[in-house]
Amino acid sequence: MTETKPRTLFDKVWDAHVVERLPDGTCVLYIDRHLVHEVTSPQAFEGLRLAGRKVRRPDATIAVADHNIPTMGRAQGILEEDSRIQVETLERNVAEFGVPYFPILSPQQGIVHIIGPEQGISLPGTTIVCGDSHTSTHGAMGALAFGIGTSEVEHVLATQTLLQRPAKNMLVRVDGTLPPGVTAKDIVLAIIGRIGTAGGTGHVIEYAGEAIRALDMAGRMTVCNMSIEAGARAGMIAPDETTFAYVAGRPYAPKGEALDKALAWWKTLPSDEGAVYDSTIVLNAADIVPMVTWGTNPEAVVAINGTVPDPSLEADEGRRVQLARMVEYMGLNVGQKMTDLKIDVVFIGSCTNGRIEDIRAAADIARGRKVAPGVRAMVVPGSGIVRDLAEAEGIDKVLIEAGFEWREPGCSMCLGMNPDKLTPGQRCASTSNRNFEGRQGPGGRTHLVSPAMAAAAAVAGHLIDPREFA
Amino acid sequence: MDAFTTLTGIAAPLPLANVDTDKIIPARFLKTIKRTGLGVHLFDTLRYDAEGSERPEFVLNQEPYRRAEILIAHENFGCGSSREHAPWALLDFGIRCVIAPDFADIFHTNTFKNGILPIKLSREICDQLIEDAKLGENARLTVDLQEQVVVRPNGERIPFEIDPFRKHLLLNGLDDIGQTLQHAPSIDAYETAQKIEKSWMPGIAV
Ligand code: SF4
Repeated sequence: MTETKPRTLFDKVWDAHVVERLPDGTCVLYIDRHLVHEVTSPQAFEGLRLAGRKVRRPDATIAVADHNIPTMGRAQGILEEDSRIQVETLERNVAEFGVPYFPILSPQQGIVHIIGPEQGISLPGTTIVCGDSHTSTHGAMGALAFGIGTSEVEHVLATQTLLQRPAKNMLVRVDGTLPPGVTAKDIVLAIIGRIGTAGGTGHVIEYAGEAIRALDMAGRMTVCNMSIEAGARAGMIAPDETTFAYVAGRPYAPKGEALDKALAWWKTLPSDEGAVYDSTIVLNAADIVPMVTWGTNPEAVVAINGTVPDPSLEADEGRRVQLARMVEYMGLNVGQKMTDLKIDVVFIGSCTNGRIEDIRAAADIARGRKVAPGVRAMVVPGSGIVRDLAEAEGIDKVLIEAGFEWREPGCSMCLGMNPDKLTPGQRCASTSNRNFEGRQGPGGRTHLVSPAMAAAAAVAGHLIDPREFA
Repeated sequence: MDAFTTLTGIAAPLPLANVDTDKIIPARFLKTIKRTGLGVHLFDTLRYDAEGSERPEFVLNQEPYRRAEILIAHENFGCGSSREHAPWALLDFGIRCVIAPDFADIFHTNTFKNGILPIKLSREICDQLIEDAKLGENARLTVDLQEQVVVRPNGERIPFEIDPFRKHLLLNGLDDIGQTLQHAPSIDAYETAQKIEKSWMPGIAV
């Protein structure tokens, strides 16, 4: 019996959501929360319409537009026609199917993975899905949260379930304490550098250990966010007092007696003593330094004081070719110091690092300094709430005085579906999560970094260890 | 969704690892509200230069691979974004089967939902098939889902594994939602029980 043997956090949340186990092991899995955005939903709603189906649980669904909306002057509407059509299509669909929606000009609007936790919609012990791979972010709440394709979006809208097989369990433990000036982003980049972009395939990663426990919720979300970059479908962190303090008082979170009931269950969720993982990776926090990607996938990562590696030292021919292609695409020289790389653009934002804590970290570096001549630096808050909070604290002013652009919330230059794009050859220090060729605009060159390193690069005009500005 | 039974066709060799879904279909083409029409943008950056002209060196710009129905690649195919536009673009181009040593999870699921068969074979075998594919027109591969074999041009039969449930859906062209709705009574019962057990969970309304 599964109930008697020690279970992991993942096992417990999974077991609590199995509606039916089919003979071949596939499960009908119940979904508690479904987040919907404009890019991956039009074809799903169209499918419902064609089949004459309804949304089964509008009260478990929330929609928002984030991927392709402009981050400047949005009161004038969306100028790009195909973006506008996509957003209008979402607005028509949510009206027709009765799905709750945060309108573009409301303060609740923002990147879907920022607003879920922020509104208290993403809760511990729940199953959360969205037609977006970075749904893994919500795993920081102690939820099982993963990205799905559009056919599955339609499936959840129609049935509130998914057909799934259980994933394998992977434990990533980060022991000890982080050195000063090293952040959650550096932890997750170090993990991906260690296990590779396919290291987590077929697994759900549970992050544990002293250094993870010590992170605030924003840091935990940054780590879980990039689980998909390690190939895992989801990342999870056991809920604890930090989680409970974060949840309490959020608009859609349970309150009063309901919260007490919830807490009683949430406290049973952490993995049991002796629970078995299919694989375990251990990192020592004291060894982690500020990290930066040099190539075009997130495992091509080095310490900021490192150099561009030499592809010819790679034994496998396929990999050698791939690494050489990265060096060429990124416009690098073998052996070049990362800190010698001049930066054209700095992007601070995205579901990885667009929370208030990230913006504060950037402002701490920007305070009393100036963006280097020739650098374009933009800060895009993850939601209207983050924007309003930053403005109330006056850190928008700090950033603007330093020469940063302060913009409206959305995905923005994380994927360049709106007008915020790199031009060919531009080099960008970005707090987002993907450095694929052309991700931030065709021909653009992306270096993934923490908010502190991004702000430091803006000021220095080249990549630099943010601890130099401490 | 179209059923998948057997397929005999031209295979295009794409010996690259970590082909991400941004590469399969860049973000700028995601602003569609339809599933069709994406085939011309499949592998857009690899296929066209900055002026929009075809790059002659890219395999899908060469004969006979313009008519390829099978694609053979290296490790971790389909990693990155969850966009189902990636299988839609493959399908719209005419690809019904992708063979690789392994696939990223979400992409792997998405292919099945669109009647595309993803086949996992060892790197060594993929490399053999890539050599076959390089022979072009006269080296068609056959994929037989019922029998679970890939037949090489020399007649060698290579068995592959597939989840029986997904095989059943694909062979019969069955819609997942229809399948799941057969379990509607269980879903109803689960929801009723949860209303009591998780009475703390608020509904969302704006
Ligand atoms: S911020 Fe970037 S990674 Fe996050 S949801 Fe938006 S596009 Fe995706």
